[in-house]
Amino acid sequence: MSTAPDIATQAPSFPKEHYLNASKGFKSWALTVDHKRIGLMYLVSVLTFFLVGGLFALLVRLELLAPGGMFEQKTYNQLFTLHGVVMVFLFIIPSIPAALGNFFLPLQLGAKDVAFPKMNLFSFYIYAVGAIVAIVAMVTGAVDTGWTFYTPYSLTTNTGVVLTVFAAFILGFSSILTGVNFIVTIHKLRPPGMTWFRLPLFAWSLYATSVIQLLSTPVLAITLLLLIAERLFGVGVFDPALGGDPVLFQHFFWFYSHPAVYIMIVPAFGIISELIATFSRREVFGYKFVALSSVAIAIIGFFVWGHHMFVSGQSEFAGMVFSFLTFFVAIPTAVKIFNWTATLYKGDIQLRTPMIYAIMFLIQFTIGGLTGLPLGALGTNVALHDTYYVVAHFHYVMMGGTVFAFIGGLHYWWPKITGRMYSEKSANIGAFLLFIGFNVTFFTQFLLGFKGMPRRYFDYDPEFSGLHAFSSVGSWILGVGFLVTLYCFIQSLRKGEVASSNPWGGTTLEWTTQSPPIAHNFIDTPTVSTGPYDHSEVPAATGRAA
Amino acid sequence: MSNFLYPPRASTYAGEVDALMNFINYLSIFFWVLITGLILYFAWRYRKGNHQAAPSHNTALEITWTVIPTILVVAIFVWGFKSFMVLSRAPGDAMEIHVTGQKWSWSFEYPEHGVRTMNELVVPANQPVKLIMNSSDVIHSFWIPSFRNKMDVLPGRTTTLWFEATEEGDYRFYCTEYCGDAHWNMKGDVKVVSAEAFHEWVEENSKEDTTTPLPELGAKLFQSKACFTCHTTDGTSSIGPTLKGVFGHDVELADGKSVLADEDYLRESILQPGAKIVKGFAPAMPSYQGQLSEREINGLIEYIKSLK
Repeated sequence: MSTAPDIATQAPSFPKEHYLNASKGFKSWALTVDHKRIGLMYLVSVLTFFLVGGLFALLVRLELLAPGGMFEQKTYNQLFTLHGVVMVFLFIIPSIPAALGNFFLPLQLGAKDVAFPKMNLFSFYIYAVGAIVAIVAMVTGAVDTGWTFYTPYSLTTNTGVVLTVFAAFILGFSSILTGVNFIVTIHKLRPPGMTWFRLPLFAWSLYATSVIQLLSTPVLAITLLLLIAERLFGVGVFDPALGGDPVLFQHFFWFYSHPAVYIMIVPAFGIISELIATFSRREVFGYKFVALSSVAIAIIGFFVWGHHMFVSGQSEFAGMVFSFLTFFVAIPTAVKIFNWTATLYKGDIQLRTPMIYAIMFLIQFTIGGLTGLPLGALGTNVALHDTYYVVAHFHYVMMGGTVFAFIGGLHYWWPKITGRMYSEKSANIGAFLLFIGFNVTFFTQFLLGFKGMPRRYFDYDPEFSGLHAFSSVGSWILGVGFLVTLYCFIQSLRKGEVASSNPWGGTTLEWTTQSPPIAHNFIDTPTVSTGPYDHSEVPAATGRAA
Repeated sequence: MSNFLYPPRASTYAGEVDALMNFINYLSIFFWVLITGLILYFAWRYRKGNHQAAPSHNTALEITWTVIPTILVVAIFVWGFKSFMVLSRAPGDAMEIHVTGQKWSWSFEYPEHGVRTMNELVVPANQPVKLIMNSSDVIHSFWIPSFRNKMDVLPGRTTTLWFEATEEGDYRFYCTEYCGDAHWNMKGDVKVVSAEAFHEWVEENSKEDTTTPLPELGAKLFQSKACFTCHTTDGTSSIGPTLKGVFGHDVELADGKSVLADEDYLRESILQPGAKIVKGFAPAMPSYQGQLSEREINGLIEYIKSLK
């Protein structure tokens, strides 16, 4: 971009004034309207819930380590439900948009803040209230319906369905407000010269995500309210005993929850584009396609919900239409992968930690995408639906994809957030352990699914025991990988090298201000005269290579 | 790929499903190796310092890699839809069996033969069979991995699933729609037998058992009606109260009263389980009214009496 970057020849010193020390005390955080502080509060919150959800997952895998019971069957059912509810509603949906998006969208736009800073804080408080309600629900009557709350089971179980569903209802509003805020921010706060096709791809992906959040989340809210009304007042909507239709719930639920899959993965696409551009020192190949395909995925994603319901009793005709449309959401996703691969061609590739995560993302997300093919095709879906194959498939997309991109993005922007570098050696050990642990845990589950292991089973037939044990061992490697990564970040905060304003040679505007940024981000509003990934005026990464 | 990866293949259409699965799997492996190979090669070949000029887009290339996958996925879609129609449409001469899913067991009724079973489906080989399925409580799903077919079982709506078994033998079926506490235990076997063996089995089971001593009959029913899914005989609590030492003792009820567990109480608990709920348990048991003969009820009561 046009603004001359600050080239640090000697070791930089930590800036005296920045957003973290601009004001002090509890009130300065509780009442802040600084998008960076709000992003940081979201980051701490979602990482905390990631830890909680991860502990639930480890307990699930512990139960499945060997045949026979370790917990009660009901406890197990509660554990996998809480794992799903916490990971979906409290971690992965807000993870990239609300944490990294809040922090970096205004910085990438050269703006002082998001369009509605107070609404941004309000949405954080809604998230906090939703989280508290969810915790109360967990403690007072941990729900056992699965995160999908399928009726009529969810209408009959004596666990805390109403409170949990109410928590998801509240959290939805936080998501809607963040979406509105980002859409307006991208429309109105772009700096002089930044046309739509000079927008960084992370911003494009947040735009597409925000549109989905805004349009689909209200449907979830309505569905969850109907469920609550039915449970509390006996209004017959979904329960056939009251004249309702249980499959209607599935239609409503997936009308939100399929687009929600794109709320989870599209921001990850944005991060991967940033990482690959910076560490290949090239413009992203086919930039316009990559930008617009996020929007295309967001739109087509609204018309494929019935592919979760091929054996639900919906008509064969509906099955055919949903299967056909599903394959058309696959194409823009596949082409994105080809574009990222082509960006590496003749690049100037530096395998720094964030880039290692990006490559791991590509390898794993490709598996996640390809294993969607037999699920989208009707004949094979029937055999694989509700087996471990599906569990493996969505973990390859959500964890192998989104979580790896999120952690990669966190490594990329860490110097900007904290002003400090981390030891790339220990970061890479963490990445390597996560890669091994993830694939051992979840690739095994494809095999379990092929062999005929149904999901959400407390115990299993003896022929599945070897693969289940192997998968559980993988979950421990994953756990260690996260501990190493956490250690690496803590060490960085304690004694990390001071980061320059642009340690990686990034070309987007967040790298033109100091690390960590001042409270108002930029001293002068930047102007833009080139595309987002013009490396000609930006020097390569400084500091030690991995 | 199919032999070590998939369950044994035992229905007429299983081969077609597996063929599509294999096609997709080989195609996926090819593309994954290609993409991963290119990524790793480029990452090594163009590592730091090997920077060269390269175009930022190439229309011909971009059209090619959009069109080829589109053709491939349309082919997969058509093949998938064709095989799905085979799975969905039962031939007209199929033998009908009614299936009821309930928490947490399956019952089967053969309308032409007057036979009822629980958690065990006996069918003749090489004969199309159509399952007409309902649920008496929440949504379940009936899945026979070796047959490659699956269908949800709904309350208040009828769904069907058909198959023609090709190989004699025992094949697992499972519930695959999460339905609560013992969802994992809502399983049983399909026994595929020869046509002659099927007729013999029908003969044997359509007559009422009048010879087995009552407690022994009760013990058999305790297994075949899947009572063990919720009730233990060793004194530990499960989904329902244990049956050990119940008879002749007072039982504390949820409404605070207590009742002596005599023959009459046991009979009522089998036929109208909701009438008296034991303290600490949810009213989850389905009624067995109409599913047991008088002699079978007596058999179960005598069996429970024997559990001291």
